[in-house]
Amino acid sequence: MKPSIIVFPASNCDRDAAAALEQATGKAPLMVWHGEASLPDTDFIILPGGFSYGDYLRSGAMAAKSPIMRAVIDKANAGTPVIGICNGFQTLCEAGLLPGALLRNSGLNFVCRTVTLKVENNRSMFTSGFEKGAYLDFPVAHHDGNYFADDETLNRLDSEGRIAFRYVDNPNGSARDIAGILNDAGNVLGMMPHPERVISPLLGGVDGAAFFKAVVEAAA
Amino acid sequence: MKARITVTLKSGVLDPQGKAIEGALAGLGFAGASEVRQGKVIELKLNESDEAAARAKAEEMCKKLLANPVMENYAIEILA
Repeated sequence: MKPSIIVFPASNCDRDAAAALEQATGKAPLMVWHGEASLPDTDFIILPGGFSYGDYLRSGAMAAKSPIMRAVIDKANAGTPVIGICNGFQTLCEAGLLPGALLRNSGLNFVCRTVTLKVENNRSMFTSGFEKGAYLDFPVAHHDGNYFADDETLNRLDSEGRIAFRYVDNPNGSARDIAGILNDAGNVLGMMPHPERVISPLLGGVDGAAFFKAVVEAAA
Repeated sequence: MKARITVTLKSGVLDPQGKAIEGALAGLGFAGASEVRQGKVIELKLNESDEAAARAKAEEMCKKLLANPVMENYAIEILA
């Protein structure tokens, strides 16, 4: 497996994601700067969390137009697995790889705590390592995590089994308690919570280690 | 030519910042202010002398970057 992580100006979870992937695969992923015009030989891509471009204009708006994103969009459309975490999720929506948008949290607060997610669909390559209905504890840390889409889109996500995770206790006003969604082909996942922050008991949890292990096994 | 682009949240999209402003106005004693919505204004200079061409360029900018059609509307004013 040749995973890579895209690094944007003000990404701040890129090294956490690299540590999580290294733990799961045994080797360090490639780090790719956003200004590159093409991707190295890679078969798995992570868009990490952070505050790319200072969240200017809209969260993820500028990152979605970075030179590297044209290559990421091509790869995603060709079936390469892509995970966007937090700011990465916002960027995937802004890039049109996932439907909807992430609005300001309904409670206005920046939410920074561990939340419990329910696995809604375990038939995707990202969630097949878990039972449907399993609970995972992942931290969230975001200001703009309130998932929004029109009713038609939400109904489609629901009926097509494209809601990967829901919050058990919704922290941000997200429509239908959505914490993570899949694209229609099932190879692109966007999620607000941070599995890469809980890969060791020293960090307060290990559910993220199980998540990356399962994803890497499914993608291999 | 200069363009002024006003980006607003679509009606029905929750605007917690607008709500907070509304609460602060009420706290200052401004009774009766309601339905506060916050948007943004983007001003830019365009290297165009024709108004229609300037508008077309601003329109393209809105579609590609300045507004997100999932949640926002935009209005373009061309200023001489």
